[in-house]
Amino acid sequence: MAEAGKLRVATTSLAGCFGCHMSLLDIDERLFALLEKVEFDRTPLTDIKHCGPCDIGIIEGGVCNAENVEVLREFRKNCKILIAMGACAVTGGLPAQRNHLDLGACLQEVYLTEPGLVNGQIPNDPELPLPLDQVHPLHEVVKVDYFIPGCPPSADAIWKFLTDLIAGRTPRLGHGLIEYD
Amino acid sequence: MNMDVRPSFLLDGEEIPFEPGQTVIQAALTAGHYIPHLCYHPEFVPHGSCKLCTVKANGRPAAACTLPAQAGLEVESETEELNDLRRTLVQMLFAEGNHFCPACEKSGNCVLQALGYDLGVMTAGFRHFFLDRPVDASHPDILLDFNRCVLCKLCVRASEEVDGKGVFSLAGRGISRRLIVSAESGRLADTDIAVTDKAVEVCPVGVIIRKHIGFQTPIGRRRYDVRPISAQALEDAPRKPEARHG
Repeated sequence: MAEAGKLRVATTSLAGCFGCHMSLLDIDERLFALLEKVEFDRTPLTDIKHCGPCDIGIIEGGVCNAENVEVLREFRKNCKILIAMGACAVTGGLPAQRNHLDLGACLQEVYLTEPGLVNGQIPNDPELPLPLDQVHPLHEVVKVDYFIPGCPPSADAIWKFLTDLIAGRTPRLGHGLIEYD
Repeated sequence: MNMDVRPSFLLDGEEIPFEPGQTVIQAALTAGHYIPHLCYHPEFVPHGSCKLCTVKANGRPAAACTLPAQAGLEVESETEELNDLRRTLVQMLFAEGNHFCPACEKSGNCVLQALGYDLGVMTAGFRHFFLDRPVDASHPDILLDFNRCVLCKLCVRASEEVDGKGVFSLAGRGISRRLIVSAESGRLADTDIAVTDKAVEVCPVGVIIRKHIGFQTPIGRRRYDVRPISAQALEDAPRKPEARHG
């Protein structure tokens, strides 16, 4: 249950590098102001493994494997508002740079034929989620309510976006805050 | 009629004086009014292909870069409807190429990116094509990255009209339209292009990249980091026609 008056927020990183989460932490002492307004459900900060009912879900990274799809659907099911944070969540980003290549050929080269490999084999542990043939931005799998571009979005962009949203305003990022790199 | 009074048209309700022969975008920029544009460049004959500068003139959509200014014309530009169309065009350009800003040397100096920022394009909008387009790194001083081409034809125009070389052309039609190098091998190294050519300078995106200068100006201190493209375009525009005409 959410503490009275606080919004419950979940975050996760799918096919991302946690750079967006680092950028979120980069709001520095403004974290204290944020924590007066929100409390965290599942995030890498709390280590809660599954997302419960939340007001806001923030997702970094695109969708590159079967587990990403499952986690993303769990977030969508539980979060009233879902935010795609960062280039990978918005467009597929760096992991999607493999999209013009055949997945089988990719795995072959990385694990079998790359020079310098000895006794290479393609990982096939049943616990490993299966990769998708292409990397997708979040909105190609579930409905996404808001997008924050950037690789990563700056701390100021994330702060502006969240404070707008929490205050009930339509989030607006102006010059210097909308960035794609 | 007072012959000193120059003819004018209305742009978003404001009177814009013009010289006979000027296009709507020329007159607007000279008068300090920005109309978003990509393939238009003040030094070249308008190409009219990107459609970013689409305005409504007397209620009809038209490219402001090719539309001659006419007295009494009523032009709309800064409307939610037109900016929505412009955002869609920017999204389509991003979808058609491989515009991966986080790894692009042009980031911060790129017109396509700056238009996205200024128009508030927050999302992909379309499924990206993820085409396989190899780069041409054959030239010692210039890199050609076809992934980022928006077919504005500025390099083709500059190489022909200013450099007198004809290094670039556009080949194919429709969705297969693409930039090619005019050499039998197809390689940039086999042309007479030079780093000082206008064609190298004029590329608005990250296709024609000068080697060896990469991040001399760091990200964050680049052209469109300093001010949005809507302000920068006015800064660059020829101003004060009154002074020119005494």
